Amino acid sequence: MSAIYILWLREVKRYLRSRAQIVASLGQPMLYLLVLGFGLGPVFRRAGNGNYLQFIAPGVIGMTVLFSSIFSGLGLLWDRQFGFLKETLVAPVPRIQIMIGRTMGGATVAVMQGILVTIICLIAGFRPAHFSTIPIALGFMILIALLFAALGVAIGSSLQDMQGFQLIMNFLVMPIYFLSGAMFPLNDAHNVLKYITRADPLSYGIDGLRNVFGSPNVAFDPRVDVMVLIVVGSILLVFGAYRFSKIEI
Amino acid sequence: MIRVRNLVKTFSSSSGSFTAVNDVSFDVEEGEIFAFLGPNGAGKTTTIKMLTTLLKPTSGAIEMDGLNPQVQQNEARKRFGIVFQDPSLDGDLTAWENMDLHGVLYHVPSKIRRQRTEDLLKLFELWERRNDQVKKFSGGMKRRLEIARGFLHTPRILFLDEPTLGLDPQSRNQLWTIVKKVNEAERVTVFLTTHYMDEADRVAHRIGIIDHGKLVTQGTPREIKDQTGSETLEDAFLKLTGSTIRDESADPAAAMRQFAKMWSGGKR
Repeated sequence: MSAIYILWLREVKRYLRSRAQIVASLGQPMLYLLVLGFGLGPVFRRAGNGNYLQFIAPGVIGMTVLFSSIFSGLGLLWDRQFGFLKETLVAPVPRIQIMIGRTMGGATVAVMQGILVTIICLIAGFRPAHFSTIPIALGFMILIALLFAALGVAIGSSLQDMQGFQLIMNFLVMPIYFLSGAMFPLNDAHNVLKYITRADPLSYGIDGLRNVFGSPNVAFDPRVDVMVLIVVGSILLVFGAYRFSKIEI
Repeated sequence: MIRVRNLVKTFSSSSGSFTAVNDVSFDVEEGEIFAFLGPNGAGKTTTIKMLTTLLKPTSGAIEMDGLNPQVQQNEARKRFGIVFQDPSLDGDLTAWENMDLHGVLYHVPSKIRRQRTEDLLKLFELWERRNDQVKKFSGGMKRRLEIARGFLHTPRILFLDEPTLGLDPQSRNQLWTIVKKVNEAERVTVFLTTHYMDEADRVAHRIGIIDHGKLVTQGTPREIKDQTGSETLEDAFLKLTGSTIRDESADPAAAMRQFAKMWSGGKR
């Protein structure tokens, strides 16, 4: 257990010491929130869908948690290239503990980022139906973060170097985000798109946040959101652990 | 302490196969400093990776302190420390934190961990910088810290894979002086690779020379020089391995470092 804790702590310390990373990682969510939130707001309202800021804020929070968690998993590639991974792989610790420590550390960092963006959303004018639901929203952020940190570790364990990174960005991470309904209501989407979005686990994460925050245009029952996130997250954790156990340097 | 018999490692891909280590056998005695020398791409690092459980041998047997590292992996890992060819420290953590993380991973009890970290950081002249992030350290300091870290869990064997690469003569001299000191004080067996023949001649009790994956000779530095009729170990090495320059395939880690420097202003 101490190995899991020390590797978790490493991820958290690295994040807290990298102020530039903290500021830079908030840039994109703020851009989405302000430009799309205020830019598309009037159109959204005229279409009778309510306040766009109330709709998009959970999407932006979900996006932050997605990017941060999946990149922390992919950080494995950095550690592979810059040598730190070897230090952990030759240690007398079961690999599953190393993988769990890394995943939990990455997920914690992602949730911290999610909390920061939630605060920014509140400052920008986003108002949840009840502030008392924020701890439940935190639970959804944790589920999203664990799921995608595990996916990041699985991908990071399978790639040999950073050359595949752009491919992963363009053909996996961005589609996961755009198909999650973060920016548009799933209920009004074309039927084909509706089916595709249902295969995207982030759809359930963002929908869960919308359910909790009382945002308009929710697509699923919150219990379905939780179940899907837990089941898919567990599968990815097992898959990530399996891929991690197969790493050869 | 280390017993290797008929060790083979073959890498296979769709374009064919390549035998990096070919039927290598040697012994390293307890408390000995054994230098494993060879030109670029000769099979030194692949051998170390197999000895340290990072790679599975294609065939052959390894025995380390009476254990089979392929079967008793975690037990074997507790017995050795390693300093890799490429740096493996976390630059965002301090020297103390890097040592502490290593100690936790190797199950060193906290009281012993603190005391030993202090002793080693003092021995390697890093105590004053213990709370500084490692990314602010010079190359020599990083190397010293890696070696100090390798000794933290009192290993029975220490693997040093080209530990002095890129260091100035002062740092190299200091580093080997300390390694010899700990080797004598704690009876740690040292298995090292280096391209500096004078270093091997100075510190190693025995030497093995590998070329094209095959062990071409082994013995004391004196025996190898006598065997080839050479004045220096470098001459003996060139006679045994030839003077043709070997080209290694492009190192992906080196390419990545270049890439990272380009995008991070050289901070990494």
